[in-house]
Amino acid sequence: MDKKIYSEEEIQAIANSIRKQILGIALKSGGCYLAQACSSAEIVASLYTNVMNLGPSEGLWEPIPFPGVPGPDNMDYPKGMMYNGAPAPDKDRFFVSCCHYASVIYCALAATGRISPDCMDKFNVDGWNMEMIGAEHSPGFENTAGSLGQTISIAGGTCHARKRRGDTGKCFVMLGDGELAEGQTWECIQAASYYKLDNMIIVIDANGQQVEGQIENQMGLEPLIQRFESFGAKAVEVDGHNISEFCKAFETPHEDKPLVVIARTKGYTGIKPLEKRWPFLHFVRISAAEKEEYQKIYDEM
Amino acid sequence: MKIEVNTHEKNILRLAEEHPELVVLSADLGTSCEVKKFRADYPDRYFTMGIAEQNMVSWAAGLAREGYRPFIHTFAVFEYRRVLDQVEMSVAYPNLPVVFVGFVPGITTPGGVSHQSINDVAVMRSVPNMAIFDVGDATDIDYVLDLAYDYNGPVYIRQLRKEVPRLFPADEPVIFNRARVLSEGDDVVILSSSICTEEAMRATAVLKERGISVTHMHVTTLKPFTDPTIVEAINKAKYGVVTIENHLDIGGLGSATADLIAEHGLGKRLIKIGLKGYAHGASKMYLMEKYGINAMNLVKAVEDLTGKDLQIKQSDLEEVRFVDFLEV
Repeated sequence: MDKKIYSEEEIQAIANSIRKQILGIALKSGGCYLAQACSSAEIVASLYTNVMNLGPSEGLWEPIPFPGVPGPDNMDYPKGMMYNGAPAPDKDRFFVSCCHYASVIYCALAATGRISPDCMDKFNVDGWNMEMIGAEHSPGFENTAGSLGQTISIAGGTCHARKRRGDTGKCFVMLGDGELAEGQTWECIQAASYYKLDNMIIVIDANGQQVEGQIENQMGLEPLIQRFESFGAKAVEVDGHNISEFCKAFETPHEDKPLVVIARTKGYTGIKPLEKRWPFLHFVRISAAEKEEYQKIYDEM
Repeated sequence: MKIEVNTHEKNILRLAEEHPELVVLSADLGTSCEVKKFRADYPDRYFTMGIAEQNMVSWAAGLAREGYRPFIHTFAVFEYRRVLDQVEMSVAYPNLPVVFVGFVPGITTPGGVSHQSINDVAVMRSVPNMAIFDVGDATDIDYVLDLAYDYNGPVYIRQLRKEVPRLFPADEPVIFNRARVLSEGDDVVILSSSICTEEAMRATAVLKERGISVTHMHVTTLKPFTDPTIVEAINKAKYGVVTIENHLDIGGLGSATADLIAEHGLGKRLIKIGLKGYAHGASKMYLMEKYGINAMNLVKAVEDLTGKDLQIKQSDLEEVRFVDFLEV
C-alpha cells in the first residue's frame, strides 16, 4: 500500500483537532499541558502524516488498564511503540523525549486513525495506560522519557543498532528546547556525529518556554544551530507552525550526520488569550472566571 | 594458591565468539578493564563512547532494545554513582539486558575516593530488576559473564582484573543465587564476598585449629539474595553470623544478611565488617588493614560472638597474599 500523502489542509485539520481536544481537557479538568499542544500541534500532525514513514498501528484500539511495570515476568505487555506500527527495517521509529506532550501524541494517534477516537476518555484516569506523562506502555511511546536528556541517547543507540543492521528506516526524536540544557543531549549529539548516524532525525519544539518561564531567563541555549553544528550535526531552523516549511526541512541533505530540525513555535498559537500569560505556560490552569472565555474559543474551533 | 591473570579478558572473548550480538561499550577505560584484546579482535563490536558515561548507559539501552547485548566496561564507580538515573530510567525500568561490568570495586583501586565504589551494592540493590554479582576469584570470573548473559534483565558485576587468585576449583561453576560452601560448622557462619573471601579463608583455617566450628560461605550473587542454604546455615549457627565485604557496612552483604535474619525470624547476632565511610587513595592491602576488612578483624568478630579469647595473633594468620594492585 502506498503511503497516503496528506494535503496541507488535512494536516492543519489534524493539528486543529489536537488543540481542540486538549483545550477540551483543560476545560473539563481545570488544567493541562495546553501550551505544549499549541506549540507542537503542527509538528506532531506533520510527523504523523507526511514526514514519518510508519506502518499501520499495531496497538490495541481501546485504552487498557496499566499493564504493569516491565520485569522478568512482564516483558510481553502491550508496548506503546506499537501504535507507531510494527518495527520493520524500512519503517521509521518515533521517540518522544518531551513526554509531557503525551496528550498531544494520544490526540495525534486518534486523529490519524491509530487509536480509538474516544481514547481521551481514559486520559489521566487512575489505573489506565493513558497517563499524563507517558512511559513505555503509553500509546505512541517507545520508552520512559520523563527524566530529560535520556531519550535522545536511547534513540542514538537504536540508530546505531539499525545502521549496523542496514535498516533504511530512520529514528525521529522529539525534544523540547528547555531540555537542551541537559549535558547528556550534547554527549549524544557528539556520539551520533562520531558514528555518522544519518538515520537520526531530531525535531525540537522550540517554544522558548520552560517551567519557570522564558528559557532565555533561565539558561542560555542560543545560538542553537551553531551549537548543534559545532557538535557535528546538520541543523536547520523553521517556523514550526508552517506545515509546508516544516515538512520540507526533512529534505535537507545531511550525509553522515544526524539532522536537527529546530521548529520555532509559540505556546499560544490558536488560543490567543494564552499569549498574555506567556512565558508561564508550562501547565495551564483555567479558572472558573476564565472558563467562559476559553469555552467560547473551544466552541469556535 | 594459583594466581590467574587477565581472566576476564579470556572470558569476554569466549562469550563474544559464542554470541555475535554481544558488543562492548567503553568510556575510555577499556584498556584498564581487560578489553584491549577484545577491541583488537572485534573492532566492529567495540564502541568507544568517549568520556561520557550518561550517554553511554542510555545508548546501551537503545542497542539492547534492538537485540544487541551491550556489556558496558568501565570502573564500577562510574556505573552507578554518576549514572544512576540513566541506569534506572533507561535500563532498569524497561528491564533491558544490559550488563554493567564494573572494575576495581570497593577499595581495590588506589585511585582514592572518586574511584572507589564503596556504596555501589547498596545503591544497585535498591534498583528494581537489577541483579548483582560480586566476584571473588578466578573461577567466579570464569562463570559470571555466562550468568549475566543468561539473566533476564540488567546485571551489575563487581569485576576483578589482572592477578586474581583461583580459590575455587575451576570445574565447579558458580550457581546463580547459591553461595559456595567453603567450610561447614555449627558455631558461627561467616559470609564473605569479593576480595574478602581470601581473607576469610585465612581466618577460618586458624579458627578451626582453635576449635571453632565455622560455616564459611562465599557469596557471588548479591541480588537476588534469597538463597535457602544461607538461611539454613544461619539457623544452625550457635553464636551468630559475621559478614565481611569490600563495601560500606550499610546496604551491602551485611545489610542483605540482616534482612534475611529478620525476615526468617532467625534471631541471631550479626557482626558486619565493612567500610564505615569514605576511604582514600592507597594500596589495597594498606586500606584493608586500615579499615579492618581483614582476617584479624574477622577473628575478633568471632571472639566477640563466641565470647572466647582465641589467642590468635597476626603471625598465626597465613601471610600469603596475592599481588597488590598498584595501577589506577
